[in-house]
Amino acid sequence: MGDTDALDVRGLCRRYGRRWALVDVSFRLAPGRSLMVAGRNGSGKSTLLRIVATAIRPDRGTVSVLGHDVRQDREAVRGRTALLSHASYLYEALTALENLKIAARFLGREATRAALVPLLAEVELAERADDAVSTFSAGMRKRLALARTLLQDGGLVLLDEPYGELDPPGFRLVDRLFATFKAKGAAVLMATHLLDRGAALCDEGLVLEGGRLRWQGPARDLPERGGLDPATLPEGTA
Amino acid sequence: MTQLLAAVHKEWLLQSRAVAPLVAVLVFGATALLLFSFAVGPDYELLRGNAPGFLWLALLLSSTLTLAESFQAEMEHRALEGQLLLPASATAVYYAKALANWAQLALLGIALVPLMVALYDANLPRPLALFGIIALGTAGLSAPGTLYAAMTHQARSRQTLLPLLLFPLVVPVLIASVKATSLLMLGDPMGQVWSWTLLLFAFDAIHWSLCGLLFGRVVED
Repeated sequence: MGDTDALDVRGLCRRYGRRWALVDVSFRLAPGRSLMVAGRNGSGKSTLLRIVATAIRPDRGTVSVLGHDVRQDREAVRGRTALLSHASYLYEALTALENLKIAARFLGREATRAALVPLLAEVELAERADDAVSTFSAGMRKRLALARTLLQDGGLVLLDEPYGELDPPGFRLVDRLFATFKAKGAAVLMATHLLDRGAALCDEGLVLEGGRLRWQGPARDLPERGGLDPATLPEGTA
Repeated sequence: MTQLLAAVHKEWLLQSRAVAPLVAVLVFGATALLLFSFAVGPDYELLRGNAPGFLWLALLLSSTLTLAESFQAEMEHRALEGQLLLPASATAVYYAKALANWAQLALLGIALVPLMVALYDANLPRPLALFGIIALGTAGLSAPGTLYAAMTHQARSRQTLLPLLLFPLVVPVLIASVKATSLLMLGDPMGQVWSWTLLLFAFDAIHWSLCGLLFGRVVED
């Protein structure tokens, strides 16, 4: 049994209408370990992360996060996962600080300026704490979304394209935060197209193609096997 | 309770940045009252008799604007999903949103009363009691309205879909509200206003408890 696994995915299937986004995907991730999910656009990476985070339900198969089933025990899973999604989950009309305050209050955390500005400083947004999110660039929104993810103490951190929209200093920020999550003992599942970067950070890797698990192995082998385009993975590497 | 306070705080922040839509709804309601008075003409007896109905008609029409837009900010960057994944209690999120919508509609109703008095030469013997009826009636609109707004927010034609779903459900609330308002403004020789108020209170209790239970199922995948 994978009760002690940070993540245990078995025979996972999900479809949108008549199109299958994930077909019979199975893998495990031990606590404290990290896994890179690679694959072309539409290969099912985001769907996989959203199912694990309980944002959407699987059609078939089981997904267990730290021993809690995503179907039966949603609240427990949510309390143990932190998702950085494609969507920023932010309110445009509110300031960066107010957005963090809302999340902190729901999490039962201290929601004062003194407690939250250091988080903004960590993503280099402290000077824009009182500016409305509507005035932010896409990269700044991503940084704020990262700060929001930092608020959650998840045993499993899910990062969906964390480098998207960021500048090179932003890339280094993600690398640093990735190390922070690992240092806290969290398992990390990261979907990214930056294979070299992901391989340098993650312990394990897997490639999705058309919703199916195409390859799984040590993350350091992924760029060598697939170059920078997972779609070019040689036949028979699964 | 912590979750409810967090959700109310969020609504307070969002409402404090949305003054322009509030003004638009107030203008819409005032315009509706004005047009009804033009339609009836300068017959003050007729205007006074119809004033309660016109007031609630203006409130009902305005409510579709308020309710349809109440989930706009939640959907812009999937903020609602983000809250539920924290995890925030869906019930707390619902009640805070319904309270915010209720406050808006009740304030709108109270703001329309002076205009109704001016345009229709309406009697206002017990203004506080009338405000109480407005509070109860708008509570009956906002509870199911918030639920249906959540259901229809992703539909392209939500402005059409919301009234189609909501109006049949709130007919009993509207009848009780209009009847209680009429009795307050036009006289109540049989002492019926309390039975209508009680009926209104019962509808509110049913709507607020049922919709709170259903909201989680509506917003989750």
